[in-house]
Amino acid sequence: MSTVSPAAEVREFDADAQALFRYVLRLGDLSLVLGQRLGEWVGHAPALEEDLGLANLALDLIGQARSLLTYAGEVEGRGRGEDEIAFLREHGEYLNAILAEQPNGDFGQTIVRQVLIDAFQLELYQRMTASTDPRLAAIAAKSVKEILYHLRYSRGWLVRLGDGTVESHARVQSALEALWPYTVELFAEDELDRMMADRGVAPRLSDVQAAWRGRIDEILAEATLQRPKDRPHSWHGKRGQHSEHLGYILAEMQHLQRTHPGARW
Amino acid sequence: MHAETRDPASASVPADGDRRVSLAWRALAAVDDPEIPALSIVDLGLIRSVELASNGTLEVGLSPTYLGCPATEVIRSSVEHALGGAGVGAFAVINVLSPAWTSDWITAEGRRKLESYGIVPPERSAASLREILHPHRAVGCPRCRSTDTECVSEFGSTPCKALHRCRACLEPFEYFKCI
Repeated sequence: MSTVSPAAEVREFDADAQALFRYVLRLGDLSLVLGQRLGEWVGHAPALEEDLGLANLALDLIGQARSLLTYAGEVEGRGRGEDEIAFLREHGEYLNAILAEQPNGDFGQTIVRQVLIDAFQLELYQRMTASTDPRLAAIAAKSVKEILYHLRYSRGWLVRLGDGTVESHARVQSALEALWPYTVELFAEDELDRMMADRGVAPRLSDVQAAWRGRIDEILAEATLQRPKDRPHSWHGKRGQHSEHLGYILAEMQHLQRTHPGARW
Repeated sequence: MHAETRDPASASVPADGDRRVSLAWRALAAVDDPEIPALSIVDLGLIRSVELASNGTLEVGLSPTYLGCPATEVIRSSVEHALGGAGVGAFAVINVLSPAWTSDWITAEGRRKLESYGIVPPERSAASLREILHPHRAVGCPRCRSTDTECVSEFGSTPCKALHRCRACLEPFEYFKCI
């Protein structure tokens, strides 16, 4: 038998809440940053239909981010709402894997990034519908339906471009080579990921990775693309260490709230 | 969950529970979807429940269609406005995420209205994963009924619709996606 002092209990609760807060930020920031990136295509996509498609993907992702960041604010318990968390944090406080912040490049590169992340989110959220955290389970169940349509869109384009002309094939293959190393971070399990899996809040990343690989291999085969070789990585966006790209994204995304604090639509 | 309690001026007129519930449903049935005004939010299956809580508050469960749907907030304020003017007494609008809204909840009346508005209603039963990822069935044209149609864009004027074109009558049309 051990006795725990009330103060120690409070500290333990705080540590648990802090861990969940950081984990939910990882999920929410991935959606927010990718949504913001996709928004850059509005008015610039190769055709009106793709303008609509990418804008709608962005909209869904930002909607998912809203649910997640609102929840993160509640878990944190310091009265921060979705807007404060999205618009008033600094560079190092964003916890998205850095694949999400990679530049759009050409349409093919955007599609490659999208397929890689859509398939990750699909496998992750499908499993998270069984989370021991009811709020995350609900957000996951809602998100997974939307993500299915994202993957249908991105996969459809990757197959058309990969199995298209010599030029389109070469472009998406080279985008795949460029972006592949960043996928390692999605599945690199650290202490926080392990803690969430142990508590049943999140699935094991190794399970998510195995399913993701299967799905990606099937899509790449259909698109006649070669899966690049795995290389060791040293990216730590999930711990707040980002590429320089994130700074430019935040400058644009946060400009309005920082110039006119508290502005509302 | 977000809940806001409002006490409309008409709360001074006491109505019994059943009456308040039916007044609420009637008021909600008159709230049109802002993006597909041919349908009410009840037709779309967005109202999950109308129940009298033990404290006398009328609780209305409202589901979003898509998490990022820009109409969500307009719908919420229209619901509050309609209930406020319907004499239902104190009420709270509760955001229901789980179970997640599905297009299967669109009512028979809603499907009929969609069709006559020129939007093809969603296929029944939100589809296995494989079926969404590998669509194989063509959507029938709402004008000439031909199934010789093609999808022009996976996303339309709203996230819930896709743009299609009929190769027989050459008319474009919208399809409400199964989700």
